[in-house]
Amino acid sequence: MSKLKLIIEREFIAKVRNKSFIVMTFLSPLIMVGMGFLVYFLMKKNNEKVKEIVYIDNSGLFSKEDFKDSKTVHYLDFTSKGIEDTKQKVEQGNYYGALIIPKQDSLELLAKSIEFYSKDSPGMSVMNALENKIETKIRNQKLNDFGIDINKINASRIQSDIKMYNFSGEESSKLINGLKIGVGAIAGYFLMMFVMIYGTSVMRSVIEEKTSRIIEVIVSSVKPFQLMLGKIIGNASAGLLQFFIWGILIFILGTLATSLLGINMAEMQTANLSAEQLEAAKNVASGDKMQVLIQEVLRLPLLKLFVLFIFYFLGGYMLYSSLFAAVGAAVDNETDTQQFMLPIMLPLILGVYVGFATVINDPHGPISVAFSHIPLTSPIVMLMRVPFGVTWTELAISMSLLLVTFMFMVWLAAKIYRVGILMYGKKPTYKDLYKWLKYKG
Amino acid sequence: MSNLLEINNVVKNYGDFRALNNVSIHIPKGSVYGLLGPNGAGKTSLIRIINQITMPDEGTIFLDGEPLSPKHTADIGYLPEERGLYKSMKVGEQALYLAQLKGLSKSEAKKRLKYWFEKFDISAWWNKKIEELSKGMAQKVQFIVTVLHQPKLLIFDEPFSGFDPINAQLIAQEILKLRDEGATIIFSTHRMESVEEMCDEIALINKSNKILDGKLDDIKREFRTNTFQVGLHTSNAKEVESQLKEKFEVFPPDFKLLGNELTLNVKLGRQDSANDLLAFLTNRGEVQHFVELIPSANDIFIQAVNKNN
Repeated sequence: MSKLKLIIEREFIAKVRNKSFIVMTFLSPLIMVGMGFLVYFLMKKNNEKVKEIVYIDNSGLFSKEDFKDSKTVHYLDFTSKGIEDTKQKVEQGNYYGALIIPKQDSLELLAKSIEFYSKDSPGMSVMNALENKIETKIRNQKLNDFGIDINKINASRIQSDIKMYNFSGEESSKLINGLKIGVGAIAGYFLMMFVMIYGTSVMRSVIEEKTSRIIEVIVSSVKPFQLMLGKIIGNASAGLLQFFIWGILIFILGTLATSLLGINMAEMQTANLSAEQLEAAKNVASGDKMQVLIQEVLRLPLLKLFVLFIFYFLGGYMLYSSLFAAVGAAVDNETDTQQFMLPIMLPLILGVYVGFATVINDPHGPISVAFSHIPLTSPIVMLMRVPFGVTWTELAISMSLLLVTFMFMVWLAAKIYRVGILMYGKKPTYKDLYKWLKYKG
Repeated sequence: MSNLLEINNVVKNYGDFRALNNVSIHIPKGSVYGLLGPNGAGKTSLIRIINQITMPDEGTIFLDGEPLSPKHTADIGYLPEERGLYKSMKVGEQALYLAQLKGLSKSEAKKRLKYWFEKFDISAWWNKKIEELSKGMAQKVQFIVTVLHQPKLLIFDEPFSGFDPINAQLIAQEILKLRDEGATIIFSTHRMESVEEMCDEIALINKSNKILDGKLDDIKREFRTNTFQVGLHTSNAKEVESQLKEKFEVFPPDFKLLGNELTLNVKLGRQDSANDLLAFLTNRGEVQHFVELIPSANDIFIQAVNKNN
């Protein structure tokens, strides 16, 4: 046991003292926060520039009321200036674009014959806004023609907010669904990143011992399995420390920057969200809504989430990093690792894809369920599913499958590791690896 | 003298390849035991088994009367042929780490390292990284790490490779000193002159089999051919030579003397004794040179391996 401790300590210190580790630890948060602000400023700059759109309304249907200026788009009535003149002005770059509404006999024809001219291709959001305005106007006009009172229609509009329950009595809402997606996605993605960074770090550490030839001295003092385990744990500890420092630094830098530069954090975050999430965020942006958010967070099964996160995180990391260790032991240098890396990376990436593609839309659908049971993808996929509530039976099956696979893989990896670390020269093939498995002791 | 290490009928297979075939070796306490053999004969396999890096498929191994077990790693020091240390780790830290893996406490390891570093005059290297040292310097560090925990059994695989003659001499002296202090040493090498110089007993392994073992002196006696180098001052060289040829087997000399004496290698028959030859010579001139041709370890090695092949 004390030997294992020594190995963990050495691996940890060797990793932490490494210059690239120190640089990465302190530079990454700076870069991340810096990038965040850069994106924010660019978007702000982009939005600050007011687009001027001119329109010519020959149908006489629209009024200034229909083209209300927004923060970023101003509308100018050029009906009196004539089409040719207006187009020319737009072409010279004086205006963002020109909307030409011709006179037509029917509203249907009108809806299809409106044109927009611009020097460069117009942005999606601008076109959507224009189409929206026109559709609303024409629809209202038609309703009017049918003799329907628009005011009555507007008055009859009602917002329904379906409250969602499941049978274990948990109440959910759209907001909490968003939260669950967020929590699951972050956990799954975090695990994948961690495995990729620190799994390969374990592999590199194995290769280093092999190429420096110290391995033979080490294994004459400790069991190869102890050495492998020590490496895996040591690297993970260094990784956790790094993530911990990143978390703190990003928080401090973020807070500092926002208070110094006077940036609204909420605004910055919403800048990156989709329309649907924006809606949810808007609901909570104001003061007392914040409380609702906190309440919603507290309603998540936090303890269960935490425990399961630890389990799947450790299980997933140990499973993959033992495979990485075996790959490191099998080869002489890093360039030879490619052929063995692919089969390890594949399920990892698959897990994330499946997670983002299916769990978010259908957390309890057949694909999500299947992949949350397959051991190589389950750590990621199950972590994403857990916030949506997974029954204990399912969890038990998935966890025991992971545990069994983990033990089997560590055994397998240790066998390859034990033989591989003392093999030099020829690049091994899969056939060689299989042969090594059959070697005794 | 009892045996420190007893290896009995050890077999080791790698897949279809048999690396060791029923090898038995007994190593007496306090001896320097030469483990000899051509490349790929199975020496490293055997050494790895003694170090418990791999396990034998069959056979038993006893260290100091007990079956070899993981607790014995602290009783064994191993300097592998392929040397290596952590390149980016500092010399002192590295030595401490390796010593602790062998079971020494940190403070004890520090104390002993100080002694050895001063002895080899390398205290200034403590905070240097291995990658800053020359190969020979790193080897010194590795030698210290190997012997630091004062193991009962020391295994040196080609200990002199990479050392200049002065440092090789230094290491050789240290190895013999360790033996005198009670350690048992397994010495694996291709350099036969160092075998002569160092080994009390040897075992020769060829193609996975042990083909020869025992005290070096005994083996030499066994391999002697009863051949003598003869140098005779005589006025009648031609006649003496032809008379010699009638009685004994005579070969051209494999040595040189200063004067213009008659020089020959003479092989005696089974029934002849050295005195017969000497008497024959003294009757015919002045004997300048009379030495039995004792086979060198090198000769024995080549002869035994060729015969086995």
